[in-house]
Amino acid sequence: MNILHDERLDGELVPHDRAKVLAALANAAPDLTLLHREEDLRPFECDGLSAYRVLPMLVALPETLDQVEALLRKCHELRVPVVTRGAGTGLSGGALPLEQGVLLVMSRFSRILEIDADARIARVQPGVRNLAISEAVAPHGLYYAPDPSSQIACSIGGNVAENAGGVHCLKYGLTVHNVMSLNVMTIEGERMTIGSEALDSPGFDLLALMMGSEGMLGVVTEVTVKLLPKPETAKVLMASFDDIEKAGTAVGAIIAAGIIPGGLEMMDNLAIRAAEDFIQAGYPVDAEAILLCELDGVEADVQEDINTVRRVLETSGATDIQLARDDAERARFWAGRKNAFPAVGRMSPDYYCMDGTIPRRELPRVLKGISQLSEQYGLRVANVFHAGDGNMHPLILFDANREGELAVAEELGGRILELCVEAGGSITGEHGVGREKINQMCAQFGSLEITAFHAVKHAFDEHGLLNPGKNIPTLARCAEFGAMHVHNNELPHPELPRF
Amino acid sequence: MSATETSTTSGDDLVSLGERLKQAHREGGAVRIEGGGTRHFTGRQVEGEVLSTRRHRGITSYDPVELIVSVRAGTPLQELEATLAQHGQMLPFEPPRFGAESTVGGMVASGLSGPRRPWAGAVRDFVLGMRVLDHQGREQRFGGEVMKNVAGYDLSRLMVGAQGTLGLITEVSLKVLPVPSSSRSLRLEIDRERAMQQLASWGRQPLPLSAATWHDGALNLRLEGGPGSVAATADMIGGDDLDAGYWQQLRDWQLPLFRDDQFRSQPFTDHQQPLWRLALPANTPALALAELEGAESIDDWAGCQRWLRSDIEATTLRDACALAGGHATCFTPQAADPYTPLSPVLARYHRQLKQQLDPNGVFNPGRLYPDF
Repeated sequence: MNILHDERLDGELVPHDRAKVLAALANAAPDLTLLHREEDLRPFECDGLSAYRVLPMLVALPETLDQVEALLRKCHELRVPVVTRGAGTGLSGGALPLEQGVLLVMSRFSRILEIDADARIARVQPGVRNLAISEAVAPHGLYYAPDPSSQIACSIGGNVAENAGGVHCLKYGLTVHNVMSLNVMTIEGERMTIGSEALDSPGFDLLALMMGSEGMLGVVTEVTVKLLPKPETAKVLMASFDDIEKAGTAVGAIIAAGIIPGGLEMMDNLAIRAAEDFIQAGYPVDAEAILLCELDGVEADVQEDINTVRRVLETSGATDIQLARDDAERARFWAGRKNAFPAVGRMSPDYYCMDGTIPRRELPRVLKGISQLSEQYGLRVANVFHAGDGNMHPLILFDANREGELAVAEELGGRILELCVEAGGSITGEHGVGREKINQMCAQFGSLEITAFHAVKHAFDEHGLLNPGKNIPTLARCAEFGAMHVHNNELPHPELPRF
Repeated sequence: MSATETSTTSGDDLVSLGERLKQAHREGGAVRIEGGGTRHFTGRQVEGEVLSTRRHRGITSYDPVELIVSVRAGTPLQELEATLAQHGQMLPFEPPRFGAESTVGGMVASGLSGPRRPWAGAVRDFVLGMRVLDHQGREQRFGGEVMKNVAGYDLSRLMVGAQGTLGLITEVSLKVLPVPSSSRSLRLEIDRERAMQQLASWGRQPLPLSAATWHDGALNLRLEGGPGSVAATADMIGGDDLDAGYWQQLRDWQLPLFRDDQFRSQPFTDHQQPLWRLALPANTPALALAELEGAESIDDWAGCQRWLRSDIEATTLRDACALAGGHATCFTPQAADPYTPLSPVLARYHRQLKQQLDPNGVFNPGRLYPDF
């Protein structure tokens, strides 16, 4: 299975002459930085999903809105596809370039334009890093809540494109809950403000529609985010379990007790050992699973919640419960979790990170299913996930230098995502579909939904020029892909013609 | 406790709803979607055959441990809230209830949220997934029953507040939350300017605020959270105790300003002034319009949502709101243009979206704006 653009399945891409497009763009925006030599294009050939690389036709590095407008208008006129890219930390190939397309890099839009502490908002350009927002507003006692693990590097524009999440999401929501308004430019170069600094806007909720739309409906040029007061205190409990199912049950029991933790994360033994080996976080390497439960808020409430959670964990069969004694220990507990991916990376030449979500009650069943698939495919899988909101990140360990192992890892990953869909979940919780999960979209959605998605795309981008081939599969792809996966003796999309 | 509660299929009216839409599609007709009929006064008048969702009702799944409930559109809001309350849970966005007939579908389609909105979020923030019938009566399912889901476009949230113009909502999955363990309401007699300054300053601190109005010369506050923080904050703020019933009346539009009888009896009577809702950015000062001198008003959502009774010219009011970065909605029945007109660019993309999702104009045509 190859995820690179396949014209037979993903739609035709009109061939373009690089020199001609370069000349036309240079003419339309004389001061726009355009890269065209192979050595200049090479650094942009992939995003965080580095297994797939494509050299873009051209790379544009605009600094002004007028340049973006001129570029989009010209590309629209010439029918040249445009792939928008931020910091390039995406893990699903959402910013994977096209050979016949322009890569629009928004990283130079990196200014924080306004901080209004009284109104608790910040107006920022799309290239501003997620963490930089919280750092800039920290003197006002405020922060920006969604905290993807890549927050030190990822840009807010990319967060909008993928509706990014993180540890805080169960309590504080995803990007969609924390953005007030967007300035967007359409493929035709029209400027729109969607949403406002008021709490709602007339008309359709286009703000929700833009969130997670993977750069396919417009180019984000400015983001107004909501800021929250920093909680007075945050405490973290670490509970060890000798059985992963018990840990899964404990997650539900904490919520059932009426507690919404600021973070509730789970790691299995393989992930625990990797993290401990890498960071020395003080994790119990013999435990089958650990839960990290962070409680934040006002001192008195947090103390009360700690007592409740402790009781719940004891009843759920935790073998050991530790409360981080101070901020340094709390930071260490979290460092293990936050570095789990690179830690696992040290155990294996390559790993492949999945991003499925499931209803929490399905956790034990899905973990068992993953373990069976892991054995069947002969690849180890480490499990790290946002247990509070059911967002799993199974890490498949493999060696790309071994003939065919990448393909096996991909197939195993696809099976895990389908398992999530069967359990009532989704193929992606925060990383996006991009190019990576384009086939699994056909498992989660039927042709009617996919047709509706295309209708939405058509309303904003009639000629399909913005990030073509990402996020929403063509029906042709679903028909082809569906033929490979037969569930209950029923072909998905039986109504579609097969290739 | 962890068992999923599932009601019987007796409330399933999907087949007949689908048939009605197929017929409309064949015959080129339009439908006017109706639930409990308690929100007729919102939006523009629609010409079309009534399509009632009331027989499509019932909670299809509710697992308190998952904090997720799925419910059919025709289910009375009251029934849903009663079930949640049995498990100590709630709809955190406090949707208004315009009587016992108000339905879940109407709540979602109108997209109105109550006093807790600035602190907890709006209806759309708690929508996780939706089942809808498209313009040909075919069922589509968007989102789902999980907290995080970024597969495809977020069509479920797009339907929230769209007043049934993009599809027929048949079922919705919502995130719910535990009822806070402690609550206290306070009233402080201070002037408006000081009240807004105070709210801005408290807003920057992690205080358990969950509602704030400036009304009748006083700042009314609700504190919700753990007993410790609520007690400590109440001590810090001071003031007099306020009857918590005030928030319920505010939520359900039953305070004297709303003159609740207006929403039950249809023809709008001449002696009542139009009811306006202003949505404004935080810390917007009182609108300096001579026409508003002495007008009856409530500043809700810490000043971000203002209710107003006034004969003021719509354009004058809307221009003032736009200047401040907000907009104004008229909730007077049969108002010609209840919603603030869209900018030409936004209007174009709205029309294109409607055209794509409802090409024959089957769903509530003209309910939001005359041309879609």
